[in-house]
Amino acid sequence: MSKRLNLKERYKHMTRLGWETTYQSMDDVFPYDTYEGIKVKDWDAWEDPFRMTMDSYWKYQGEKEKKLYAIIDAFAQNNGHTNLSDGRYLNALKLFLQGVTPLEYQAHRGFAHNGRHMRGEGARVACQMQSLDELRHAQTQIHTISHYNKHFNGFHEFPHWHDRVWYLSVPKSFFDDARTAGPFEFMIAVGFSFEYVLTNLLFVPFMSGAAFNGDLSTVTFGFSAQSDEARHMTLGLEAMKFMLEQHEDNVPIVQRWIDKWTWRGYKVLSLIAAMQDYMLPESPMSWKEAWEVYFEENGGALFNDLARYGIRPPKYLEVCAAEKDHLSHQVWGVLYNYAAPAAMHTWIPDDRKLDWLSEKYPDTFDKYYRPRFLHWREMEKQGKRFYNGSLPMLCQLCQIPMAFTEMDDFTQTCFRTSEYKDDKYHFCSDGCKDIFDYEPEKYVQAWLPVHQIYQGNCGGPTLDDVLKWYQFNVGSDNFDYVGSEDEARWNDLQGKGEKPADKSAA
Amino acid sequence: MSVLSIGEYEGTVMDNVERFHGNQLVYINWEKHLFFCAPHAFPLPPDMPFAAFVGELLPATYSAHPDWEKIDWSSVEWLLDGEAFTPDMDASLKDNGVGHKSCLRFTTPGLTGIGGSGS
Repeated sequence: MSKRLNLKERYKHMTRLGWETTYQSMDDVFPYDTYEGIKVKDWDAWEDPFRMTMDSYWKYQGEKEKKLYAIIDAFAQNNGHTNLSDGRYLNALKLFLQGVTPLEYQAHRGFAHNGRHMRGEGARVACQMQSLDELRHAQTQIHTISHYNKHFNGFHEFPHWHDRVWYLSVPKSFFDDARTAGPFEFMIAVGFSFEYVLTNLLFVPFMSGAAFNGDLSTVTFGFSAQSDEARHMTLGLEAMKFMLEQHEDNVPIVQRWIDKWTWRGYKVLSLIAAMQDYMLPESPMSWKEAWEVYFEENGGALFNDLARYGIRPPKYLEVCAAEKDHLSHQVWGVLYNYAAPAAMHTWIPDDRKLDWLSEKYPDTFDKYYRPRFLHWREMEKQGKRFYNGSLPMLCQLCQIPMAFTEMDDFTQTCFRTSEYKDDKYHFCSDGCKDIFDYEPEKYVQAWLPVHQIYQGNCGGPTLDDVLKWYQFNVGSDNFDYVGSEDEARWNDLQGKGEKPADKSAA
Repeated sequence: MSVLSIGEYEGTVMDNVERFHGNQLVYINWEKHLFFCAPHAFPLPPDMPFAAFVGELLPATYSAHPDWEKIDWSSVEWLLDGEAFTPDMDASLKDNGVGHKSCLRFTTPGLTGIGGSGS
């Protein structure tokens, strides 16, 4: 007997999840992988293409961690935060830590569940590896961004905020929805739609945004995650092709999930669109350009390839195409209106940025949005910075304030409504209404932050009560960037302006 | 379509009127004035007179807009849950047919927002 196993034997001995159970029936051991209606003839057709074993996984990830933490340490020792392009950039990082990092953790939980509950060995091993990756991503992001928490506001209670604050209910509800679906739907929701189709639209703005704005630490955790992401994309695509190849009856089910989760993901990305166009002082590309490259071109090629399975592109792409000239501006309007109950700052862009927006959005920015921003700037000059004092109507499905407009009139708010069991439900779009109408019993359970405040479940009736319940440091974490402690601290670091108050006293 | 599930599945309705302590949710939108980024939501007593809704709540909500004081209330057009509607100012919200989670929208003809941009 040879002392060393070859790679295939080694993998077989190091994983070994694929036996037929005898004490209990397979259906009792795996109770969740049939009820969604996905028919599987042969689980062994799903092979793990990476053949990664735990020992090789630890070794490989350990190398990457060493490099990452060396750079994080150097970044801290050299006060890397002083080399950012501008203090406004920090708000992109706040949105990332509050909105995206907790999703990595949710993905960890979701893939761990799938890693237990799919009866195929290849599927299970791949999901377990991804589950570990996602936990690692959450951890490295928290460690990396913790440096900024030493110097700036808006970072300190991010997991608490993720569970409570209104704009964070958008990404949170997306993942709550995915994790309460069955294992196959989760694979399409997160593995395919999010990790494969939409991932570039999420990570490129943050990572190339970080590179353009001098944030070496964020660039580094991006790189550290990149090889994992390639594996995740492969898994997502493979999962979907597996479903399509196993039985033709699976095709309409998968199609419906692609339609649903592309739209769900697109709505979450509207927050990223606003970040990309407004929070990055130096912008690598506009939202519209990113949508064209990463969705229309790359996604178009993907869906051409999938046509042979009987899969068509997701529904409502014509809405996304028409909306790409408006999306980021409308969502920035929301974040500007409601900067009081937000744990990040917003502001009116300076002239240089306004001109950049005009250049990138020649058909819409000057016509619809510049007048609005200039008026708000004028109010601010008069000492009357506009804060919307009344709470917004939210979409029942995506939970974003109903800020979106009709495609044939971009000044007309889009209203859609359904009746279900004697109650009305309101939506921002046909895409959101369709998802509700298919499974209303699921979405009547939505925890809508505005309605919860009015029911008395969020600390009390006044804004101060709610912000206290959110655990904001009021006046430090929220309101406009102009006049904020962050701005004063940034100016001080640059040797201009007055010395800010000590953060620890805030 | 009902939710596919491994057993009986019934969701808890999170926003039924009983949860609002005697109030009902009412949504309101000033059409084509996206200075206010989205419609608003309010918990209101069903017996609130429509006149109080227009005369007290709306100014507190919208008076930061320069068009507000130019509104000619005799020409304002209303929609209630998507249907044309003429409110009776002396009657209550309820008697005007405004129910829980009703959506009121009003258009102010001639007023087109900041610089005509619909803002």
